[in-house]
Amino acid sequence: MSFFGFGQTAEIDIVLNDAETRKKAEHKTEDGKKDKYFLFYDGETVSGKVNVTLKIPGKRLEHYGIKIEFVGQIELYYDRGNHHEFVSLVKDLARPGELSQSQTFDFEFTHVEKPYESYTGQNVKLRYFLRATISRRLNDISKEMDIVVQTLCTYPELNSSIKMEVGIEDCLHIEFEYNKSKYHLRDVIVGKIYFLLVRIKIKHMEIDIIKRETTGTGPSVYHENDTIAKYEIMDGAPVRGESIPIRLFLAGYELTPTMRDINKKFSVRYYLNLVLIDEEERRYFKQQEITLWRKGDIVRRSMSQQATIAAQRFEGSNSESASAQAKEENN
Amino acid sequence: MSEPTVADTRRLNSKPQDLTDAYGPPSNFLEIDVYDPQTIGVGRNRFTTYEVRMRTNLPIFKLKESCVRRRYSDFEWLKNELERDSKIVVPPLPGKAFKRQLPFRGDEGIFEESFIEERRAGLEQFINRIAGHPLAQNERCLHMFLQEESIDRNYIPGKVRQ
Repeated sequence: MSFFGFGQTAEIDIVLNDAETRKKAEHKTEDGKKDKYFLFYDGETVSGKVNVTLKIPGKRLEHYGIKIEFVGQIELYYDRGNHHEFVSLVKDLARPGELSQSQTFDFEFTHVEKPYESYTGQNVKLRYFLRATISRRLNDISKEMDIVVQTLCTYPELNSSIKMEVGIEDCLHIEFEYNKSKYHLRDVIVGKIYFLLVRIKIKHMEIDIIKRETTGTGPSVYHENDTIAKYEIMDGAPVRGESIPIRLFLAGYELTPTMRDINKKFSVRYYLNLVLIDEEERRYFKQQEITLWRKGDIVRRSMSQQATIAAQRFEGSNSESASAQAKEENN
Repeated sequence: MSEPTVADTRRLNSKPQDLTDAYGPPSNFLEIDVYDPQTIGVGRNRFTTYEVRMRTNLPIFKLKESCVRRRYSDFEWLKNELERDSKIVVPPLPGKAFKRQLPFRGDEGIFEESFIEERRAGLEQFINRIAGHPLAQNERCLHMFLQEESIDRNYIPGKVRQ
């Protein structure tokens, strides 16, 4: 903004047509604060108005063109100069000329492709935004409006359990099992740890959720590990034959869906880390990747389906056929 | 309007535990005591030995019970062997107490009762920490230290199981 006393300047702002009805989602900014932004999904139209308000009444605003862009870009923090735009759409609102008074321009980006989910991480940011620009001789006037995009999935067809026997020969053998390999963000990890051989003095056992953000390619790959959750599942010394249950509710943690090789620039993957700690603070651990996905809001389920599931919780495996039916209806 | 799904949080099926496993002795029994310090010799050639008694049911140890006498330099030898041959971070030994070995002290120096007790406790903590480490249990030097009458410094270092 330059106020040299001469020349007209203007304020520019962007308003969405469905601002009243569209949902907002909370998203963490780079400095850790949480803000709310309009939420969009892949394929949705982005339409609205650009308001240009002249600041000095009476004076004309000369410009070299007014446009609005819809941009989806990946920003690597160590390489701020280079933005990798994977979506870039432009709409010209006005050809070069003059504005004699404040004006409003309509725009519509129809059925915009938004292939990836918005992500703000430790070393990389993926964001979508609208940018309205008034081009001028010396300096442009522009305004950006960030939006948040979420990618939704449905229940995966194949979702096998994870079951493995691991250990240190003659010292510690365990068999761990997690009920699924793919979990949605509000899912529950149900599992168990079965002790086959215990020749060390275990003090307690915990399960951690680790997020690994990978940026860069080839020789300059960088992994940033972050322990999102630590959850103690056992306190005390187990012996052979003991089974320790796991029930970890994911909704309480700040998780994103698994993102694999996004635009060949970065990945965000999640791992379950099973950690056993012995009396001398030695740690024995086994890491296992899980896939996280975002489930869309479901249609209200019928009362009978809910009652069936609630009944199974107490009956055990008696209602196996009812559970299969409930799963099918859900898909 | 959407309603939250009723989450399926049933436990996974597991084998019931055998009662002899549940109530029997644990398979990780390992206790080492360092006690009974005895100062041997006279004048400047004195040194203190400690009794190192081990009781265990771990199959990797040949003897389920053993009792040997060791001095501080034997513990130092063990620490050096483990640092050289195994990949583990060896815990620290109680201090060497050089100052106490200088002449013209008002007290008994390294044969002072309180010092010996401090050292005894430190050695006990050291050996228990080491003996419970799965990688240290694989080293022949540890087995020789705990279960053989005397330490053969010309032994051939190596692993106990391949």
